[in-house]
Formats: sequence, structure tokens, C-alpha cells
Amino acid sequence: MSTAPESASQPKESQAQKAAPSPVPTPDAGLKLRATNVNFFYGAFQALHGISLDMLTNRVTALIGPSGCGKSTFLRNLNRINDTIRNSRMEGQILLDNEDISGVDVTNLRRRVGMVFQRPNPFPKSIFDNIAYGLRINGMASRSDLRDKVERSLQRAALWNEVKDKLHESAYALSGGQQQRLCIARALAVDPEVLLLDEPCSALDPIATAKIEELMFTLKDQCTMVIVTHNMQQAARVADFTGFFLMGRLIEYNLTDVIFRNPAKKETEDYITGRFG
Amino acid sequence: MSKRLIWRKGVNALMLTLTGVFTFIAVATLFLILGCLIYNGASSLSWNFFTKLPLSAGEEGGGMANAIVGSLEIVGMAGLIGLPVGFLAGVYLAEFEDKVFASLIRYVADLLNGIPSIVVGLLAWSLVVVPMKQFSAVAGSIALSVMLIPVVARQTEQFLREVPNSIREAALALGANKWKMIATVVVPAGSKGILTGMILGMARIAGESAPLLFTAFNNQFWNGGVTQPTASLPVMIYFRALSGYEDWHRQAWAAGLVLISAVLTANILARLVLARGVSVPRG
Amino acid sequence: MTTPLAVEIPVIRRKTQTGDIVARWVVTVFAASILLVTILVVYQLWVTSAPSRHKSGFGFLISSQWNPVTEEFGALPFIYGTVVTSVLALLISIPLGLGAAIFLAELAPARVSNSLTFLIELLAAIPSVIYGLLALFTVVPLMRQYGEPFLKSTLGFLPFFQGPAYGVGFLTAGIVLSFMTLPFIISVSRESLLAVPREQREAALALGATRWETTWQVVVPWARLGIFGSIFLSLARALGETMAVTMVIGNDPKISASLLASGYSIAAVIANEFSEATGAVYPAALVELGLVLFCLTIIINGMARLMIMATTGKGTKRA
Repeated sequence: MSTAPESASQPKESQAQKAAPSPVPTPDAGLKLRATNVNFFYGAFQALHGISLDMLTNRVTALIGPSGCGKSTFLRNLNRINDTIRNSRMEGQILLDNEDISGVDVTNLRRRVGMVFQRPNPFPKSIFDNIAYGLRINGMASRSDLRDKVERSLQRAALWNEVKDKLHESAYALSGGQQQRLCIARALAVDPEVLLLDEPCSALDPIATAKIEELMFTLKDQCTMVIVTHNMQQAARVADFTGFFLMGRLIEYNLTDVIFRNPAKKETEDYITGRFG
Repeated sequence: MSKRLIWRKGVNALMLTLTGVFTFIAVATLFLILGCLIYNGASSLSWNFFTKLPLSAGEEGGGMANAIVGSLEIVGMAGLIGLPVGFLAGVYLAEFEDKVFASLIRYVADLLNGIPSIVVGLLAWSLVVVPMKQFSAVAGSIALSVMLIPVVARQTEQFLREVPNSIREAALALGANKWKMIATVVVPAGSKGILTGMILGMARIAGESAPLLFTAFNNQFWNGGVTQPTASLPVMIYFRALSGYEDWHRQAWAAGLVLISAVLTANILARLVLARGVSVPRG
Repeated sequence: MTTPLAVEIPVIRRKTQTGDIVARWVVTVFAASILLVTILVVYQLWVTSAPSRHKSGFGFLISSQWNPVTEEFGALPFIYGTVVTSVLALLISIPLGLGAAIFLAELAPARVSNSLTFLIELLAAIPSVIYGLLALFTVVPLMRQYGEPFLKSTLGFLPFFQGPAYGVGFLTAGIVLSFMTLPFIISVSRESLLAVPREQREAALALGATRWETTWQVVVPWARLGIFGSIFLSLARALGETMAVTMVIGNDPKISASLLASGYSIAAVIANEFSEATGAVYPAALVELGLVLFCLTIIINGMARLMIMATTGKGTKRA
């Protein structure tokens, strides 16, 4: 059972931090993902230093921090999409349901751990075919099965009512916010256990953002979510746990409430008060 | 792992390996071609080859001196016509373009580029050979220059466009007028790329045989002058290869080796010139 | 201080204006010469082929006669040969080329990809007559001794592989052409594939697709316009290829279903017979063939350019 911040080079922990409850697996919130001492290198540059982090089942974990602090890099390690970057290297261990993800088949891993990207990236296909894509490559062929699944996914993504009459139109006919919800539906179609969201609202307007945040509330009990966000109010709204990254290190990790009301580290406090103003 | 996943991974491995095999085949072709030429042609390369005239079939010891000189003549003259025209056309397209006319010229240049070389030969035949009532090196050069112009024009345009505007403005701000700016600043800045385009264009026409078949035709003796039929390396290769004589076949191989060496050297040289960076810092 | 300037300015302006005007005229004229030459090509082809056009009219395109003695000429066997060899070439070079392009764009590390592409692009610089030389002395004997007998023994029941195996013919010409068109398909397709945004690949991979599934189902479709453009470009080149084809096609103006048979292409017959063509109609007929070839390549090239422009010009966003 690791306690939240285990970054290597942090000074003494304050009283406040010791007193606050840190993410601890409980009967109703097991341990879904555990990162232990993760270092990550782009070539010679070290982007992550000794990150250790527990992400609990059916909870939302938010990663916040200034630009370039490594939170996206860390997120992308969770589904090994960083493997596609040449000259990169990860050290340390990431466990999914207690299995080391570097040992499991990566194709299967990525089906279980889905990802939504910063900018909506639907395929140049129809709305239906975008969502059916993941289903088809996993073998679902029956037209009626696909239709049911596509409808279900669109409902989970709160997009069904808006697109049910134009399923066969191009995905690019949708607005930015709708496209992003389409990408979420597409990711949900393959029934992932974990959903990684890399600044999913940064390209969207406030109304579209609100819709997606609402979505996250409803998805929580079906899915474990890890979200990277620039927007601290968003983290405060949606996340159960929040981790603060700075320059490739995890400075502090605790219940969202604790991070925002009672941060233990000065750096955390500076970042938060700087934003809230 | 489910059966389906194993299947998918199998397909994945197979297809990706196939793509590698195909790439290997493509690259190997280059080396096979070179290898064949060296194997068959190197032994026939001799001092005689470069200095003697072709002898009658069956007589050993002939060479292709006239074809080598002829090629140099024809390609040289084509360059004299085609390089300046192409270059200036490129300058127009990059620096002086009027919206509609320039797009028209660009489109037509690409069209001209795509015309089969034999058709260009027909053009030169009807324009030059018919009035002159004989084959000549000039006709051949004109045919080749028609092929050279669009290549040089587009390359020149492309590299002039890549010269950053800040340089143009600097020259103008110092009081240079437009053509001075172009001549003394912009062209030198894009010179590496322009030169590359010219070398590649010349290399391409040096290897062309079809447009010469009924313009410059051929000559077994020293070329009489630019208004006479003139031998060239590519045409000689063609005729020698189709002949029935072993010795002439060997000569064709040797000539092929010489030709490909020249063409590939020019290509590699051009790429190196380009790779050495542009004459001006980018951006 | 403004007074001396007020005197100088008109002089300077006049000088610069003259220089610029002259320069502008010079370059415009040279640029216009490109237009002039192209118009000239069409005009000359049209005029020079008059004797033949007046004699045969549109029947030229569908007649299979080729008789210099009776001066009856038809383009059909040559159109047939040109099309058959080019299609054959594409059938071989499209899978080969696309496969290699995929390897170079998706799998090979950047430096390896660049070096290999450089080597492959050198293939495009090799003169046609050298391909012909090699084909004549190495491919033809191989086809005659091994390739064609093998095809006859395994697929001989098909009409495509019947008749005597001479080594020269449609099949050999098609094979040689395929290697000549290969570098174009590889080069342009590779660039189209490289232009596909990274997020598209990542979206597919993140759904649990394999590398191949991602490439074939997401990346290639996104790049399909550029790939089609490369195919059309290669087709245009193959149609006009002269030297290599004429050395291995057999030079027989016949239409036959068998790929092992000898045939003729437009470019090949012009190359072979033009310098010997006498009379008024014979050369004109050959020029008319040239006109047909010209029109064919213009159309196909035009389509190719449109497709390639659409991909490299703007982003392709279509379902």
C-alpha cells in the first residue's frame, strides 16, 4: 500500500499531509493502476523522475501542473502509446490489476486502457464507422450487434440524441465538442476498464467542456478515469484524487479536497493560488 | 490471448514483413542493374572504347568516341538553350507572377514535363528535320531542350520561393530595385537548389534516346558538324544492342556502363550539393 | 533638406522603373515560351498528321490494319499494346510500390528510410535505354527459359498464357515497365503516408489496433488521394515509355489475348519505323499515333496532378 507522494527528492512531509487520508484501496475502490518509480527518457532528456502513483478503480484521478511538467508523458505511458516514439525509454513499473503492462500484449492492453486525445481526432469515416472501428477489428461483424453497440456507446457519451439521425454522415460534420464526445464514444465502444483523457477539453468551448465533465460523472462507476488537465477548476470539479506534477516530478498526490484546500507542499500551494488568484 | 488476437497478430507480422521484403526488392533492383552493367560492360571498357570510331561488325577494336563526343555536343547545345530559358521562366514564376497567367504557365509546364519523349522527338522532327531535309545535332538539341525547360523552370521556381521574404525586403530597403534584388540577393540565396535542378535536368536528357532517333539520328563516323547527323551514346546503345553481333553487344554494355555512371554521378552530386544545406539560414 | 531630395527622386524612380520593366518583360517572354512550345506541339502534331487523318478519319482508332504498302493504317493494335503493357506494369508495381512505401513511411527509422528512398529514387534516373539493354539480355532469356514455360505449365489453361514462349512479348514488357514505374509510386506514396497526422495513427492504436490494422485501415485511406495520384503518374509514364518497351515487346502489330505473344506499343512503333517511313501517309500515320499518345498522357497526367495537389495542398478531410 503506497502512500501518495513518493517522489525521490522531496523534503519532510508536513503534519497536515500525514493527517489527511491518502488514496488507499478499499473494498469498493480497489487498486486499478499502480505506477512505481517511473522514469521516462526522450533520448537523453529525462522527462519523468521516479513517479509513483496509485490510481483506484472507478475513481477519477486528475494530473495537474504547468505546461511541460510531464503529466501527459506519464499518462501516455499507461497505455504504452509512448512506445511509438522513437528513442524513448521507460524505467520503472506500471501494474494494471497487478499485472506488469510491459509484459502483456500491447494490443490487448490498449483495448482495456482507452485514450481520448487533446484535439478530437475522428477518422475520415462516418459517425457510425468511427465507433464501429474498434468493434470491427475485435471481430464484431453482425450488423445488428454493431448497431446496438454503437447506439449504446453514443448514449454513454451523451451524444446519441444529437446524432441518431445522421449516423452515416461524416464525422467531420460535427462541431468540435461533438467530435470529442464522438471520440469518447469510440473509445468506450470497446468497453475499456480504464479511460485516459489527455486534456480533453482544451480545444473546446465552455459549454462543450461542461457537457464532457458531466459525462465523466456518469461514467465513473463503469470506468476508471485518469485525466490530465490544465484547468484546475475542472480537476476540482470532477476528480476524486489529484496529483500535482512539476518538472517531471510528482510533488504531491492526495484527495482533491486536500490538494486544493490544504496542500502540504509549498510548490503545490504556489501553483494553486497562482491560478485561483 | 484469444484466438482472434493471435490471428490478428499473425497477419500483422506477415504483412509488415512483406513490406520489408518489397522494399528490399526495390532497392536490390538498383544494385542488380549496376552489377549487371559492371559485370558485362567493364571488360569492354578500354582506351579504344573512348578514342576509336566504331568499326564494321565483326572487326574488333572499335570504340564509341564519336558517340561520346556527340552526346556531349547535343546535350551541351540543349543546355545552352534550355537552361537559360528554364531559369528565367522560373524567375518569372517565383518573382513576377501574375495570378492567372502564372498558374497557366505552371500548369502547362507540368503538362510539357509529362509529354512522352518520343512525341517531343516528333515535334523537333517536324520543326527542324523536315525544313532542313536532313537529320542534325541541332534538331536533337532542340528536342532535348524542350524536355529540359519545364524541369529547370519548376525547380528554379521552387528554390526561389524558399528564400525568405526578409532577405528580399532587406535588399529593397537598402535601395535595390527589383531586378537587382533578384539578381544579387535572391538568386544567389537559392543557387544551390537551382543548380541541383539544372544538374538533374541535364542528367535526365543525357540519357534520352527516343527523341534523338529521328532528329540527330546516328553516325558511324566523326560528326560532321551540328547540322549533320550525330551519334550519341544512348542511340548507339540502342542500335548496338539490337544488332546481331556479339562484339557490338559488348560495346552496348560498355556504353551503358559509361552512360549510367555519368547519370548516377550527376544525380548523387546534385543530392550532395542540396544536402550541404541552403545558402541562407532558413526562416 | 527636402529640396535636394525633391530634385533627386524622379531621376532614381525612372532608372529603377526602366530596369524593372525590362526585367519583367524578359522573364515573362521566356515563361510564355513554355506556353508557346506546348501549343506548338499540339499544332505541329495536328498539322503533320493531316495526310493520315484525312485518309482514315476516326476509323484510325479502331482499325487493326497496318500496311505501309497499301497505305492503310490503324491504331488499334498499338493502343492495345500500350494499354496492356501499362496495366500489367501497374498490376505488379502497385502492390510492390505501396508495400515498400508503407515500410519506408511507417516502419523504418527516419535515417534508414531517407537513405533507402534516395537509392530507390535513383532508379527513376536510370535511362530507359539501359532498362531496355538489361531487359533484352537478361530478362528475356530468363523469361524464355524459365519464366514463361513455368507459367505455361501452371496456368496454361488460361488464354493469357498460351502460345510459344519467345521471351519477348507483352508480359516481359509489362514486367520491365513495372520496375520503371516502381520508384514513382514508392516516392509519392511514401510522402503521402508521411503526411498523415500522427493523431490518426494514435487514435487507432489507442483502440487496440495492431500496427498493420492501423496502417491499412486508417493511414492508407487518409493518404489515398496521393497514392492514387502516384498511380496515375506512373500510368502516364508507362504509356509513353519507348526504348525499354520497344526492345522487348516483339514489335508485332497484332492483338492477342496471350501475354506471351509479341505485340507493339504506340511509342515502340514510332521509334522503330519512323526513320524508315516513306511516302506521304506513312509518316503522317505515325505522327497521328503520336497525337493519340499525347492526348492519352495529357489526360492521365492532368488527373494525377489534381489528385496530388489535393493532398499536399490542403489537408484531406473527407469521409
